[in-house]
Amino acid sequence: MSITIAKSLDLKGLSCPLPIIKTAKAMKELAPGELLEAFATDPGAVPDFKAWAQTTGNPLVESGESGGVFHFVLRKKEI
Amino acid sequence: MSVTMERPPFTEAAPTIADKKPELVDRMVIFAWSGELDKVWPTLILATTAAAMGKETTIFFTFWGLFPLVKNEVRITGDNWMQKMLSLMNRGGDKHLKLSKMNFVGAGPAMMNHLAKQHRVASPHELMEIAIEMGVHLVPCQMTMDMMGLKRSDLIDGIDEPAGATKALADAQGAITLFI
Repeated sequence: MSITIAKSLDLKGLSCPLPIIKTAKAMKELAPGELLEAFATDPGAVPDFKAWAQTTGNPLVESGESGGVFHFVLRKKEI
Repeated sequence: MSVTMERPPFTEAAPTIADKKPELVDRMVIFAWSGELDKVWPTLILATTAAAMGKETTIFFTFWGLFPLVKNEVRITGDNWMQKMLSLMNRGGDKHLKLSKMNFVGAGPAMMNHLAKQHRVASPHELMEIAIEMGVHLVPCQMTMDMMGLKRSDLIDGIDEPAGATKALADAQGAITLFI
């Protein structure tokens, strides 16, 4: 499995619902199996990214926090 | 002397909603009845988020809820003095929304907009544009348009054709429904 990130999003400073809206838009441009990483500072993004991944079927393959910045890696689902 | 204590039996944490994996509903319909800032805002946040979650989303704008769809530059609407008076006292447009409480003749919304900008929360106007861009169906209530004297040309571009309660309820079949 390749670990190349196809697209990186800077969502730092943005509040709900913009991080998820920008993520959903960016994911549309990815091919199935490609990875998207996102960086956010809104603590609400943590449960929101998990919920978005669960309901849309695009797996959240990695998430974490360092220095107040949350990062997420999502994989575009196979059709 | 030894003391033995009765311990309650070990119980596992209650499952969360996510663990239950409820059947996903792929559509949402919001009945937007209120034209107040503090109701229109969450309506647009929920609608754009539902669209971002891949749901086919519809907002049915009725009664006071119709006024946020009026173009911001349109001032007086209606054909008779009552409808004109109504538009004068209840200005339409997503940039002229009032708070349901602490409005203080517009000072409340001004402060709220300032705080929103500071925290980089998208404004109702921006969210309306995002909703249209994401394909959210914005449906004005035909009956309200007739009664309040609002013409299709008074309303913003990018919205759906006006419809009635039957169309709105038909769309709501099997969808997540909210009345705000």
